[in-house]
Amino acid sequence: MTAAPLVATALVGLGGALGAASRHAVGLRVGGRRSVLLVNALGSFALGAVSAAPVGPTATLLFGVGFCGAFTTFSSFAVGTVRAASETGTRAAATVAATNLGAALAAFLFGSILVGRTLG
Amino acid sequence: MERTPYGFLLVAVGGFLGAVGRHAVDLGIARVVAATSSGGGPAILGGTPTGTGTLVANVAGSFALGLLLTRASSGRIRLLVGTGALSSFTTYSTFVSDAVALGTPAGAWYVAVSYATGFAAAAVGLAVGGRQRR
Repeated sequence: MTAAPLVATALVGLGGALGAASRHAVGLRVGGRRSVLLVNALGSFALGAVSAAPVGPTATLLFGVGFCGAFTTFSSFAVGTVRAASETGTRAAATVAATNLGAALAAFLFGSILVGRTLG
Repeated sequence: MERTPYGFLLVAVGGFLGAVGRHAVDLGIARVVAATSSGGGPAILGGTPTGTGTLVANVAGSFALGLLLTRASSGRIRLLVGTGALSSFTTYSTFVSDAVALGTPAGAWYVAVSYATGFAAAAVGLAVGGRQRR
């Protein structure tokens, strides 16, 4: 059912390395809170697509858990939102928090429906 | 330095460690949940269908990132530990996926609890780091 522990670790780690480097590349081009929103929406779309695709544990560990998991981030989002609250007010922070959730949720569902329809 | 191949290497090495750490937390918590609950739902790739592992990783990582960003002076440490490890240890895509999998009432609670504890952890991390610096 699942891959051997060492193989699973290598797959998740490799995907994580690529996901983090890709997120860094997006951050250098876009920058700031907008880049966090962008990676979270794109990564959630990709994870939605992967979870609807008939792929085995290898692809799920490498791309889903590793790449999509590391490409998207909660910690940068949380720290950015807390900083937004102290710099520009609670209302601006609430908008950041709600926008991330709405965009990522919509992207995830869109990804899974798109792949589900295409393959089903 | 952050635009150099070396900067990308630091982020990638951190990303490797962060993703592996998150997976290990997920598997460890799945084992605890399976041991404590009598029924125990089917584990999705060894992960927790309850999203508990993701929640723990997200809250712990948010605290640690708040601490790091207020204390780390070196750009190298920020790239390796911050952009690389901690940002990869935490995840938004799996968080959303878990919320969807939990369904309507439970998923909304999961989002609310994740947001509340995650923001609180980040705020405490920033406050603790900012205080000890001076």
